[in-house]
Amino acid sequence: MENQKQTQNKPSGIAVFFDELSKSSGMVTFLAILTGILIAGLLVALTTVEVYDAFSISFWSGIKEALRTAWNTYSSLFIGAFGDPKKIAAAFQGGDGLEIRRAINPFFESLVQTTPFIFGGLSVALGFRVGLFNIGAEGQLFIGAMTSVYAGYAITGLPAYIHIPLALLAGAAGGAAWGFVPGYLKAKTGAHEVIITIMMNYIAFKLSDFMLRGPMKDPNEYTPKTPWIQESAQLTRLFPDTIRFHIGFFIALGVAYFVYWLLFKTTWGFELRTVGSNPNGARYAGINTTKATVVAMSLAGSLAGLAGANEVLGLNYRLVPSFTSGYGFDSIALALLGKNHPLGVVLSALLFGFLRNGSRQMQLKSGVPIDIVSILQALILTFIAAPAIIRSIYRLKKPDHEEETIKVGSWGGN
Amino acid sequence: MAPLLELRGITKRFPGVLANDHIDLTLEKGEIHALLGENGAGKTTLMNILYGLYSQDEGDIFVNGNKVTINEPTDAIKAGIGMVHQHFMLIPVFTVTENIMLGEEYVKAGGFLDRKKAAAKITEISDKYNLNVNPDAYVRDLPVGTQQRVEIIKILFREAEILIMDEPSAVLTPQEVDELFKIMRVLVDQGKSIIFITHKLREVMECADRITVIRGGKVIGSTTPKEADTKKLATMMVGRDVQLKIKKTKSDPKETVLNVENLRVMNSQQHLAVDDISFNVRAGEVLGIAGVQGNGQTELVRALTGLLPPTEGKIEILGQDTPQEKPRFITELGSAHIPEDRQKDGLILAFPVADNLILNTYFHEPFSKGITLQFDEIANSGNALVEKFDIRTPSVNTPVSNLSGGNQQKVIVAREFSRPIKLLIASQPTRGLDVGSIEYIHKRLMAKREEGCAILLVSTELDEIIQLSDRIAVMYRGKILDILDAQDATKEVLGLLMAGIKPSDEMKSQAKHEEQIILT
Ligand SMILES: Nc1ncnc2c1ncn2[C@@H]1O[C@H](COP(=O)(O)OP(=O)(O)OP(=O)(O)O)[C@@H](O)[C@H]1O
Ligand SMILES: [Mg+2]
Repeated sequence: MENQKQTQNKPSGIAVFFDELSKSSGMVTFLAILTGILIAGLLVALTTVEVYDAFSISFWSGIKEALRTAWNTYSSLFIGAFGDPKKIAAAFQGGDGLEIRRAINPFFESLVQTTPFIFGGLSVALGFRVGLFNIGAEGQLFIGAMTSVYAGYAITGLPAYIHIPLALLAGAAGGAAWGFVPGYLKAKTGAHEVIITIMMNYIAFKLSDFMLRGPMKDPNEYTPKTPWIQESAQLTRLFPDTIRFHIGFFIALGVAYFVYWLLFKTTWGFELRTVGSNPNGARYAGINTTKATVVAMSLAGSLAGLAGANEVLGLNYRLVPSFTSGYGFDSIALALLGKNHPLGVVLSALLFGFLRNGSRQMQLKSGVPIDIVSILQALILTFIAAPAIIRSIYRLKKPDHEEETIKVGSWGGN
Repeated sequence: MAPLLELRGITKRFPGVLANDHIDLTLEKGEIHALLGENGAGKTTLMNILYGLYSQDEGDIFVNGNKVTINEPTDAIKAGIGMVHQHFMLIPVFTVTENIMLGEEYVKAGGFLDRKKAAAKITEISDKYNLNVNPDAYVRDLPVGTQQRVEIIKILFREAEILIMDEPSAVLTPQEVDELFKIMRVLVDQGKSIIFITHKLREVMECADRITVIRGGKVIGSTTPKEADTKKLATMMVGRDVQLKIKKTKSDPKETVLNVENLRVMNSQQHLAVDDISFNVRAGEVLGIAGVQGNGQTELVRALTGLLPPTEGKIEILGQDTPQEKPRFITELGSAHIPEDRQKDGLILAFPVADNLILNTYFHEPFSKGITLQFDEIANSGNALVEKFDIRTPSVNTPVSNLSGGNQQKVIVAREFSRPIKLLIASQPTRGLDVGSIEYIHKRLMAKREEGCAILLVSTELDEIIQLSDRIAVMYRGKILDILDAQDATKEVLGLLMAGIKPSDEMKSQAKHEEQIILT
């Protein structure tokens, strides 16, 4: 028997390693982020008046000013996201607890911003893995916030170790219900999940408006707000005052691991991935594709619901109108960046969380608008979505197989 | 004079596989050069390099003596090289003209597409090479053979001199294959040159001018149809003697395993595709279903396997009524299915080999305990099957999409044969396989029959049907015209039935008599 396992005159291990590295998508992701940062920096320089003023003096002073502007922007972004190293060092030397906490707060605040991204990204990624495009994370998040806040204020007299899980579960259940509807409609009638989830978003927004003004309104308030949740439902904070960091981040990591385990280590995940990868093959293999669609959408909804629960139980302690700013929508981008893998989602959520938190400080310090971070994110995503651009800029080798693309169900369902 | 095309020392490595190992190949102007080799020998890889889909690790390509660099298909097209892919790349809802213009659009003043001018050129090409294609037809309405000719025109439209055809005959009916060969002749007579890949030795003998055999990524030798015969070619390919004919013992059918009564099935366009069919298959026998592709065989198989609910009729497997049952129920009864379209139904291309080998048993012990998959067991069983069925893959963790076409088919066969089964429904089980693998799979099929498995064999290969079946049913326009005993079935009689003509009894015995005279 001819066996191709043993090939003669193999090239050296290192050559193979670099060859593979240059073809791998990890390299593309890294270069996409780097290129995005460079171009965004250029944009900052180009939109700063001082740079033009400097150019009118001389070319070199223009270049210097441009570099200085970009450096300022990114260093204030960094300080906003991680904290100022000098201040941190000084605070630790001083030994004053409050000072230390103030100094390290940016880092933990970034983790706080990361947490809902992890939940939302997992929600979208799980949908993609099953071939479903969940645009509805934002709506599911709203519903999850609403149900968990209700469980948080209406149920009294429970110890925290029961009340917290219960309120989280309520959030997951609310999101799951919101994901179930489009899943069920898709499975039974072939209605496209993109349309249905968009519509469900609007229903969710309006429903929460109604609830906040009506049944869930705190009678002691003039503006639409729910009552405060019980202390026993608040996600435990790990530091005293000023640092808002709470156990939600660790719950998110745990849930990410759970999703990974479910998708890649269990028979259920095997079925879901099979349906997502080749629905015809799944049917041939005897997998119930209808059930998989409904289960996947419900699970995706519950993950987004947890993002909402995390916000109200960990930070706000009550629900107010328009309490989030587009976590659900950013999650779509983030899932793509993370290649729909739970670990990738966690990493991209960290990137998004640190960028988002850093951008406030950046705006304050260097006057560069927060929107530059959106542009940066958009650039990174463009390069991820069109790897050929990165490949040709950096002369990377063409991969020998088709790049993994996202398959979503065609119009009309199956 | 330099040859039209010369490949020198082409080498291509994939992780764990040396797919092409210093391959030299020349193509002269006006010849049909057949490339022959077992599954995974590296033929498709070589052609993909030539067409710019992969880039070689070593080696050079020369056209008319000049070195060319081909990084992209556009480079190949510029160098006059075109490729007919095994899976057609046509857009069904576009017309022939629109499909052909795609990427090479003719534009009128004002930026509008000039369909007329393109259509005129298509008609001209079609007439010149006898391709007989209507430029205004919609691709979705065309039979497979015609779609393939559209692909050929697409290449000629771009002024290609060299045509690469990777297993063009695999999806065609025998009649369409004959037509294709005529067209290939016309093309080379008019000065084009063709590289042609196939596994069917008969086809090579019939239409090639020169034959190059590849094994394990290396060129083994070159020959011509005059110097070689099918037996010699088979030996060159596989590296050992191959039994082209298989010996069949007399069948000893036992109890009925599959019983079908008055079955009617609609296809996806709501036409009656299976029209009032009744038959049975018993343990230890092979019922062959012959017929020209598209006469309801696909729908029949889909109904039997639970993929398409029938509108009427009875399907009994081992005494169980199954017409409205799900595929899972039917496989769990002990029935196996080798589907006609391996990439669409039979495999999850992005999944590793090991996962594809447990595609319909993953929920059973030992592959899972509770809901957790047992990866050690999955890998062990995968390795054993890879060994047993000689699946050429670097490892069981390689995605199936990286395997050669024939090895993909072996993954399906290995999976379906490795379960304890009582009924096997096999649709084109040897499509795309090399002679060695066909021999192997035929032997396994016969062994299953000996074990008392009932086998329904659907194939458009008459030779395969005649060789393996105990009884042969011929389908025509959704009906079974006749069920013959294998010893009464001659190619002539089957041919008539497949064309919808019911031969009289004398004709049958006449044909049989003649065949006996020829044989003796
Ligand atoms: N993209 C790829 N990645 C990794 N390995 C590959 C890839 N494509 C092909 N191979 C390997 O290269 C070898 C040659 O494959 P190739 O498809 O060229 O065979 P082939 O001669 O066309 O076989 P067949 O007759 O079965 O189609 C095989 O072992 C296959 O597994
Ligand atoms: Mg091939």
